Amino acid sequence: MSDISQTPENGSSKHAGSLLTPNPRTIKRNNAEKRFQVYGIAAIAVGLLMLVVLVTTILGKGVGAYSQTFITLDVELLEKKLDKKGTRNIDDIKKVTTFGYSPLIKNAFKTKVAELGIETDLKLKKQAALLSKSAAGQLRNYVIANPDMIGETVTFRFLTNSRVDGYMKGRVSRDSIANDKSVSSEQLDLVDELVAKGTIKKTFNIDFILGADASDQRPEAAGMGVSMLGSLSMMFVVLGLALPIGVAASIYLEEFAPQNWLTDIIEVNISNLAAVPSIVFGILGLAVFINYMHLPTSAPLVGGLVLTLMTLPTIIISTRASLKSVPPSIRDAALGVGASKMQAVFHHVLPLAAPGILTGTIIGLAQALGETAPLLLIGMVGFIASNAPDSVASGLLDPNSAMPAQIYEWAKRADPAFYERAWGGIIILLVFLVTMNTVAVILRRRFERRW
Amino acid sequence: MNDMTLVERDVETRKTKISATDVQVYYGETHAIKDVNVEIEEKTVTAFIGPSGCGKSTFLRCLNRMNDTIDVCRVQGKILLDGENIYDKRVDPVQLRAKVGMVFQKPNPFPKSIYDNVAYGPRIHGLARDKADLDDIVEKSLRRGAIWNEVKDRLDAPGTGLSGGQQQRLCIARAVATEPEVLLMDEPCSALDPIATAQVEELIDELRQSYSVVIVTHSMQQAARVSQKTAFFHLGNLVEFGETGQIFTNPRDPRTESYITGRIG
Repeated sequence: MSDISQTPENGSSKHAGSLLTPNPRTIKRNNAEKRFQVYGIAAIAVGLLMLVVLVTTILGKGVGAYSQTFITLDVELLEKKLDKKGTRNIDDIKKVTTFGYSPLIKNAFKTKVAELGIETDLKLKKQAALLSKSAAGQLRNYVIANPDMIGETVTFRFLTNSRVDGYMKGRVSRDSIANDKSVSSEQLDLVDELVAKGTIKKTFNIDFILGADASDQRPEAAGMGVSMLGSLSMMFVVLGLALPIGVAASIYLEEFAPQNWLTDIIEVNISNLAAVPSIVFGILGLAVFINYMHLPTSAPLVGGLVLTLMTLPTIIISTRASLKSVPPSIRDAALGVGASKMQAVFHHVLPLAAPGILTGTIIGLAQALGETAPLLLIGMVGFIASNAPDSVASGLLDPNSAMPAQIYEWAKRADPAFYERAWGGIIILLVFLVTMNTVAVILRRRFERRW
Repeated sequence: MNDMTLVERDVETRKTKISATDVQVYYGETHAIKDVNVEIEEKTVTAFIGPSGCGKSTFLRCLNRMNDTIDVCRVQGKILLDGENIYDKRVDPVQLRAKVGMVFQKPNPFPKSIYDNVAYGPRIHGLARDKADLDDIVEKSLRRGAIWNEVKDRLDAPGTGLSGGQQQRLCIARAVATEPEVLLMDEPCSALDPIATAQVEELIDELRQSYSVVIVTHSMQQAARVSQKTAFFHLGNLVEFGETGQIFTNPRDPRTESYITGRIG
């Protein structure tokens, strides 16, 4: 006690000097603090700048994919070409291939050009080449669906080919087509005239969001719809498997498992699994689910299983963290009134941890949604031109693609029109991810309880 | 110590409710409780006093096997409740805890409605035949917890929205709702202000009519006010156990005397 009450020698305080003038040490500390704040602000500014650049680039390059150039033509569905017998027998009509429809389109084009009074030196074949190669298919599908319309004249909106579309969007110019065999400067003149007359128009293209992928030759017809369904099916598989397995595993590890070396090893391994590159899960899925278990290749079921493996560690870690954050007093309270351990967990701990668990699950799902690498290995990058699957089983077992894999596919293809679609696809993917993360935040905010 | 107004003692001998013989508790390598022998009588308030870390809470938690939840904790010796060893292999701690209720240091109502807080115990033990019966139990328990008048109009309000003292009385009502025979209280007033403390103490005195109450407390005044029997723990040993009046006025052990006069602890 005695040394505390002792006054400093010669009576001077260690804190001499006026409080109004900061001493050098204080000045130094304050400067260090200011410098640190500047670093922090600079770091945030760099981050924000990156974000702005990213978003503007994506929007700038991707928005084009949502509008498409269409040409309106009145096609006379000649009976002698489409249904020679005149019986309207659907099997006979189906025998006419798309080659049989091409002349109808050419005629329609010729009529249109004449009607509008446009003078052109181009051969009819070259004129009709402005249309997408999917035009004949579109016409055939229509006739098969409406055989009664044979003999009538019907107005159609056909896609133009990707060069014309690029020209309308500024991607293709008269200079850039110098070495391009698929489009000529005369054809572009014709396009100009048709635009002036209102026959060629650029409008919003819902088929990009809802439609299926298209072949290399027809980027104008490619859409994200089917791969979106593929991604969705996979997410259902992931949610259906990863959530119950992950939550059950975490509850056992956190609340019931004895603390020994075995649980320690399991714990360390779960943390390590969360950091394993996703392609490793892909090759594991290839070996186990496809090569060993003989599940169908390219199926969303297999994709979902692989992504489940990948998502499980994330869900387990976040679930355990939220279980841990429930105060032990709640468990004591439940045990104190004679609840069994399981009752304590399910009646009291789990409801309190639920928002955290849901948030973790949604973030895990979002991660899985954007994953490409494992899908490459199990073949979910196939070209899927079919339309929507007709049942849940076929949705899970038929070959399909997924959004990120579809984007990868498009980015890989040669035609620059696909490049634009890849960016457009990224916008859809980002919309999904942002929505999911927003839901996660809302859930956390709404159900977070205080205790 | 003028404020140590001692409750009039009821010296009539009562039946033993809990009898502990040679209880040892180990936390891993640490020997936390050494050779504790204690007899807790029914319809009596028994207070455990002692300096921090002396093992009084640990011993209290042995009485309803709350220590089972701690992996490294081992208990040896015999604790008999109505003549049955509660550490017998055949005893299910869940059943035991319905008989030996507990109130904790920090008020810990469930983040549910006041009604559900109290109804939880009766529900899981199947004590109520129907909704009306459950309503009765809830009302009776809240009345016993001396909180009915304050909450009767807002039984649907969350229990966590009450004040600290109300929360603690709610916790007592919750513990009472399962109709235990023994009520363990681990420093029930340490988080409460003097007014709430007085209310809880009054409540403890009333609870004595029907239960055997064991209370751990840091406040010697509180022990003197509410208990009939007092046990003094020091460094894991039960130093002295006897009538509260005798412990506070005429302690036999010099360590007890030092503690109650403020020289140790």
